[in-house]
Amino acid sequence: MAEVTQEPQRAQAGVNEAGESKLKLWLKDRYDFSALGYLIKKKEVPQHRHSIWYYLGGITLFFFIIQVVTGIMLLLYYRPTAEAAFESVQFIMTEVKFGWLIRSLHSWSANLMIGAAFVHMFSVFFMKAYRRPRELTWVSGVLLLFLSLGFGFSGYLLPWNELAYFATKVGTEIVAVVPFVGDFFLKFLRGGEDVTGATLTRLFGFHVAVLPMICTILLMAHLLFVQKQGMSVPPQFERNDTKLKAMPFFPNFLLRDLLGWIVALAVLIAAAAIFPWELGVKADPFAPAPSGIKPEWFFVFMFQTLKYIPAKVLFIDGELLGILAFGVGGGLLVAVPFLDKNARLGKSSKLFTIAGIVVLIYMIAMTLVAYLLPQTF
Amino acid sequence: MQSNTAAFLMLTFWLAMAPALSAQTGEVNSCVSCHLEEGEELAVPVEGMRNDVHAQNGLSCADCHGGDPKAGLDGDMDAAMDPDKGYIGVPSRKDIPTFCARCHSNTAYMRKFNPRVASNQLERYKTSIHGKRLINGDEKVATCVDCHGVHGIRASNDALSLIYPTNVPSTCGRCHADAEYMADYDIPINQLTSYTKSVHGVALLDRGDLGAPACNDCHGNHGAAPPGAPSIAFICGQCHLNNSELFFKSPHRVAYEENDFPECETCHDYHDIQHPSDEMLGVGENSICIECHEEDSKGYATAIAMRNQIEFLKSKMSTADSLVALAERAGMEVSDALYQLNDADDALVKARTQIHSLDLDNIVNVTNEGVTLADAALLAGTNALSEVQFRRKGLAVSLVFLLILAVGLYLKIKEIDIKHPLR
Repeated sequence: MAEVTQEPQRAQAGVNEAGESKLKLWLKDRYDFSALGYLIKKKEVPQHRHSIWYYLGGITLFFFIIQVVTGIMLLLYYRPTAEAAFESVQFIMTEVKFGWLIRSLHSWSANLMIGAAFVHMFSVFFMKAYRRPRELTWVSGVLLLFLSLGFGFSGYLLPWNELAYFATKVGTEIVAVVPFVGDFFLKFLRGGEDVTGATLTRLFGFHVAVLPMICTILLMAHLLFVQKQGMSVPPQFERNDTKLKAMPFFPNFLLRDLLGWIVALAVLIAAAAIFPWELGVKADPFAPAPSGIKPEWFFVFMFQTLKYIPAKVLFIDGELLGILAFGVGGGLLVAVPFLDKNARLGKSSKLFTIAGIVVLIYMIAMTLVAYLLPQTF
Repeated sequence: MQSNTAAFLMLTFWLAMAPALSAQTGEVNSCVSCHLEEGEELAVPVEGMRNDVHAQNGLSCADCHGGDPKAGLDGDMDAAMDPDKGYIGVPSRKDIPTFCARCHSNTAYMRKFNPRVASNQLERYKTSIHGKRLINGDEKVATCVDCHGVHGIRASNDALSLIYPTNVPSTCGRCHADAEYMADYDIPINQLTSYTKSVHGVALLDRGDLGAPACNDCHGNHGAAPPGAPSIAFICGQCHLNNSELFFKSPHRVAYEENDFPECETCHDYHDIQHPSDEMLGVGENSICIECHEEDSKGYATAIAMRNQIEFLKSKMSTADSLVALAERAGMEVSDALYQLNDADDALVKARTQIHSLDLDNIVNVTNEGVTLADAALLAGTNALSEVQFRRKGLAVSLVFLLILAVGLYLKIKEIDIKHPLR
């Protein structure tokens, strides 16, 4: 009797025999997402003592989403010219309802995103998660980190304040030492010989159009790789041959991810409300450079290194040598999965672990030296 | 021994330089060669001419002293210093002004070197105390060479010139601060000491501010004379224009004239003028007003009222300033309020200037402008601090909300972990 009455009830609720809603069926007709659903259902996250690092990518993504949302909101009022940029940011901070919060969130989230991206990259590096078949996940991730630095550099100048103006001047000057193409790149970045309104408009274009476009493509690829290949198990657990426990991705891991995002949001809004991002004074190209000019913290280790390199090393210009070294370093970082043959074969690759530790300590030490010892940039 | 060696080296240098010096004028110069050969005192003028503005402009010894520098190369000094060839030699002190004026009073001649150069120095000198006394036979007074130097005269814009602004006080002080030298004259000798400690002296000598006045800016240079009492405000007014104009319109001007008070100097003193302070105004311990105005007089009451206005504005500004600073430290954007405080500060400066008019209404108008600005800044500061409180409260509410959400989610995760355990 009960079975007889089920049909009309289902029909009334728009549900078929398999329990699928009309909307689902309508969608299924146009694109079959069942493969994706299957993937999500089957996906598992390995559990071990380093599982905590699996959340860093998600947190970086969360800050990126905040960047996109707050960035679009800032775009409603920001004006990218030397005459109006500073005033428009000032307007956002003083006149626009909750404008101060949006701008402060954007600045804080930018820094937290880069911080999270660095931690994510190093955790992936030390867990050797770049080994086969995840080489392209690593490559796209490192490129995304470089893009984030590009976002940071181009966004720093946009408020057109004194510190940013002179830091951009110094930052772009460094490009000029690269042989043959340096001068071209300097003019390309600055839109002329000097840092002017043309530079501001140009960097604005990179910040809101060029970099987001490349970033979207790379991020899609990165996320697709991660979803397709799942989380990597660190080699030491793989070699032990012990069956690791696994957590269902949906909903267990995803909800944990969400919890992490809530914590990240709390940290972000607390930072933005208690320490609103300063605006400083408007840039004056004719004024002498003030003391305390420094790049953003994530570039500081490179600037500090350039300061310590002698003017001439043998016959090569010291600054050029530094730039080339960082260029080569960046290239090696991208190529890590192809260089680390032992990890590829599932063997221990202590050399890369040691190299990673040395690089990490170097970066932290140089940054601390720059901030803790009194000096000028 | 060392000084002999140095003298020998100097002589050798100048002998080597002699042809070059002569070459400056493109002529053979027996003055230079003979004076260097004779050495010591006679070589001094030649050495000095190395940096002399006259030599740099192509003039040679004979252009001032006459004679024939082409003659005398064979050792016949009389031929070179022949009075028939216009040789004058060393002029006496009383003749120095006219000696220099042969060229410097000749406008057509001077125009060749500098079209803007003055040519009335002698005329003005004759009106100065120095000039008048010289004409009356006092040869101790300053002539051209005492201030400009001799054989080594530098252009006035050369920082090493004796009359470069920062060097003027010490140049005048060479005589005026010398007790022994000035013993014959009934004038004080503490001007240099007083000036050095004054607001002007500190600005010029310590800070190198060439806009600050040296002796000549108040006393004149070639026409140097002590300013008489009725003209002091004109002298100070060269720089302090507004103060001077307001003073001329004030009741003080007439009162000072009647009592023969030296205008600005009455309140500000002269060589040791100090940076004025608000304490000079009113009836307090350091007040200048009460030196003349007795209690219960109109001036006494005005002094109190003027001081009160200034203090009222200052207290308003100070309250606004500390509040705005507090908001700024809390990370608030308060640049508009800072601009308003800046403008209020301008109003304070204007009010202090208006004191010279003694017109209380004027002063009240100006201080009111400042008070309005300070009040606006105060309001902006208060609003900014309320906004800080609002943000803190908003943050607290948001964090509580997020905490509840996080706890709820945590509990849900625990529940799901049971439903979907680790595989």
